[in-house]
Amino acid sequence: MGGLLASTLVYGLVNSVVLLLTSLGFSLTFGLSGVANFAHGGLYLLSGFLCWLLMHRVGLPFPLAAAATVLLVGLLGAAIYRTVLMSVRGIVLSEVISTFAVGVAIVEFFRWKGFTTYDFTLPALVDGSVDILGVTVDWQRLLIVALGLALTGLLWLFTHRTMVGLALRGMSQDEYTALSVGIESDWAATLSLGLGSALAAVAGIALLPLGIISINIGYDVLLIALAVTVLGGLESTTGLILGSLIVGFAMVITGNYVGPRWSEVVYLAAIVIVLAVKPSGLLGKSKELEDRV
Amino acid sequence: MSSPGRATRRERIDRGIKVRSDEIFVLASARDLAWVLLPRALAVAALLLFPLLGARVGPYWQTVMINTMVIALLALSWDLLASVGLISLGQSLFFGLGGYVAGALDSFAGLGPLWSIPLATLLGAALATLVLYPLLRLRGVYFGLITFALPLLFMRLIETTGALGGTEGVSGLTPLPNRTVEIYLVTAAALLTAFAFRRLIATDYGLVFHAVRDNERSVMAAGFDVQRVKAQAVFLAALPAAFAGAFVTHRYQFVGMTAFAMEYSTLPLTAAVVGGPGSFLGPVVGSFILVPLSEAMREFGSLRVVLYSLMLLVFTVGLPEGIFRFVARKYGQFERRVAIEEAPDGR
Repeated sequence: MGGLLASTLVYGLVNSVVLLLTSLGFSLTFGLSGVANFAHGGLYLLSGFLCWLLMHRVGLPFPLAAAATVLLVGLLGAAIYRTVLMSVRGIVLSEVISTFAVGVAIVEFFRWKGFTTYDFTLPALVDGSVDILGVTVDWQRLLIVALGLALTGLLWLFTHRTMVGLALRGMSQDEYTALSVGIESDWAATLSLGLGSALAAVAGIALLPLGIISINIGYDVLLIALAVTVLGGLESTTGLILGSLIVGFAMVITGNYVGPRWSEVVYLAAIVIVLAVKPSGLLGKSKELEDRV
Repeated sequence: MSSPGRATRRERIDRGIKVRSDEIFVLASARDLAWVLLPRALAVAALLLFPLLGARVGPYWQTVMINTMVIALLALSWDLLASVGLISLGQSLFFGLGGYVAGALDSFAGLGPLWSIPLATLLGAALATLVLYPLLRLRGVYFGLITFALPLLFMRLIETTGALGGTEGVSGLTPLPNRTVEIYLVTAAALLTAFAFRRLIATDYGLVFHAVRDNERSVMAAGFDVQRVKAQAVFLAALPAAFAGAFVTHRYQFVGMTAFAMEYSTLPLTAAVVGGPGSFLGPVVGSFILVPLSEAMREFGSLRVVLYSLMLLVFTVGLPEGIFRFVARKYGQFERRVAIEEAPDGR
């Protein structure tokens, strides 16, 4: 195998799953409650720093700190809904502006507190690396691939096979019918915000060990989540996977063959081009098209 | 509250002049006219007299004033876009385009500010309209999303391709003559924009903007080309923002990637929301609250960004009408306490 081709294949796949994991929480919240959680990047960053603080300031071992972080960030997401979003529910503009404000507040708070040095790293769950197709991949990345795929599968099962998941989807598909069979709107939205935020935390803890935690990740993550979700179409798990594969491979291909700095242009361009050409996303349905256009 | 009949409630009555000026047009007494006109006249006079104070206020306050006006221009532009139902999260797109066009015209064509600022205002706005044209079908979150991504895309493109000076930017541009000219120029632009937009939205042409925001399909049914109306709105809205970009470029004699910075998106958005969207004076009021606050807190670094995101949050949730409308409403009303009448059967 040619080194570059193999590396493109392997890292394209890894990168796709990284993007999938990053955008899972955003997509879930958007699909289930219609709230575009612009605080997603902020929550992602927060979970990284929170985990770090729990480990190095409180002294918890990593697994405990990670679990506590996921729980706390999930609760925070639910709290954001109860305190902020509930009173502006249904006013799309206000939802976007208020979650955006929460996200910016979180990110800039950490910048102000001086969390900008190179000290902030999370430990990898597993060390070492392995050769695949002649390309060296560290175990952490493989673990991420497994985690991302497993979580996507579990979420699909959750939303399609459990009563709670079905209730949430019912609420997103037809609010009035869902209300009439006794599903509470605010309960469903609180839960979906909480779940989405907890997923952002899981992604943060799994992905941040790949590098240092830098502040601007907070904004990048939001954009990646937007790109993938927009590309794939709403509420469609297949669309989300397809979206991550396309953006993931496109980033690695441009990074390898055109130049490393071009890969960051790719996902931004993806958002713009997809919304301009096919606003419903690749697998979007006509109902969603009406909401967008 | 304990003894019945003592309980009071607050009663609000519109002042006579408010009823007459909002709904009926009549020749009013000098006192009534003063009630309506004084606040506006005082504000405009203060703005026009401020630059004459010159060195007496010191360079710090002059800078604050200029920054306030720049943000006010961007916030006015945001408000016009919002009036046609397009919610922008990326005012820095217009600002950056105006700035870079001015930079290019001055640096490569050597035009000087007298030509480059007006030209950049028009060209920048035209360019912004061209960029946004295919995206105007989008509504709500999706338009916000795209405007959020576009300035970042331009920034990354400039960084990656190295075009237009790349990360270095374009420097050594022609400066504006002096500080007084700078303040007058930007203040005049802001006043002109505010009044022009208020006039515009009150005409039949402006009515179509609001109609597009409220119900696009009925506008289509009335035989309007919605896409065209939106494109015109974007062009008009982009004018003051592109002017602001061109102005700041010449003021700093430099244009770089920072022209697309998020600060030029979040500050005007916050100013518009805090001041109260929809009135065109609200965003100006908002800028007067936010920018001095932001400047005063410059030493605290990004804590001020935290602060104004929190203000954004509090106002979006707590006072969606914004400060301007709130105050204007109070100004047009009497308040008095009246006794609450008990129901006869004691319920």
